[in-house]
Amino acid sequence: MELANIEKLVEKYENAETTLQEEAILKDYFTKEDVAPHLQEYSYMFNYFTAVKDETYTKTIKLEPKKSNKINFKWLSVAASIALLFSVFIGKPLIKDYQDRKEAERIYAQVNEGLQLLSNNLKKGEQAVAQLYKQEDKANKALK
Amino acid sequence: MNQSDFLKVVLPFKDKVFRLAKRLLVSTEEAEDATQELYFKLWRNRKKIADYKNVEAFAMTMTKNYCYDRLKSKQASNLTLVHSNYKEKETSLDKKMEYQDSVNQVHKLIENLPEQQKIIIQLRDVEQYDFEEICKMVDMKPTAVRVALSRARKTIRQELIKRHNYGVS
Repeated sequence: MELANIEKLVEKYENAETTLQEEAILKDYFTKEDVAPHLQEYSYMFNYFTAVKDETYTKTIKLEPKKSNKINFKWLSVAASIALLFSVFIGKPLIKDYQDRKEAERIYAQVNEGLQLLSNNLKKGEQAVAQLYKQEDKANKALK
Repeated sequence: MNQSDFLKVVLPFKDKVFRLAKRLLVSTEEAEDATQELYFKLWRNRKKIADYKNVEAFAMTMTKNYCYDRLKSKQASNLTLVHSNYKEKETSLDKKMEYQDSVNQVHKLIENLPEQQKIIIQLRDVEQYDFEEICKMVDMKPTAVRVALSRARKTIRQELIKRHNYGVS
């Protein structure tokens, strides 16, 4: 492509009036070795544009977002509910045991108290009987 | 729309999405994250995608919007400047160095352009979309796109001339 033509295109390019085809012509011209010195800047620009287009996204694209946070919460709730269930299952008989023992202790204390009362009263009776025996002895001695 | 259909539609333009994201977000890692995130979004909206005539333009618009959001958010405040590796040319070392430097300069100059011009120059000069598509992607009128593009091109050229006349500033 002759220089005059390129210069015309360059002017259109600067005013953003070129078509894609015309820009392709310019790119073709400016990415080759010999460029007129006063148009050198365009060579840098077009070379840069070409070079940048080579850059690609190399990582693989995942379609589902990472679930790490959600999974944590999910497993946390599962663990919590399991712990709750266990504590209910294991805790219930334990509590029952404890309540039974409390009840037994209460009953034992009551019985103990009752027996104590009985024995005290019996002792009182015994003393009275002993007194009677003494009286009787005295009476017998006196009668002899 | 099942997975393989979906991939057939969306995978061809993954590099374009990535490059646009990189143009706006600068760092490669950020751009990779953005690309990945965009594909999640597309996959989630796959039912709607079937209705779109131009999925690619839609995806580019989404990319643009997503990158804007990223730039606004504080998370992206630790962006770093990364250089890409450009192709080697078979010229003498001196000339090659100078040449490489100038090509890299174009990168930096585009970096300094306003966001909108950045996007348009990326879409037009790198990805070679036609004006109609670009208008859809950036939601602007054709004349506005042309003005922005013309401004961007002129700025880059002027800056390049300046740097060559006065040396690298």
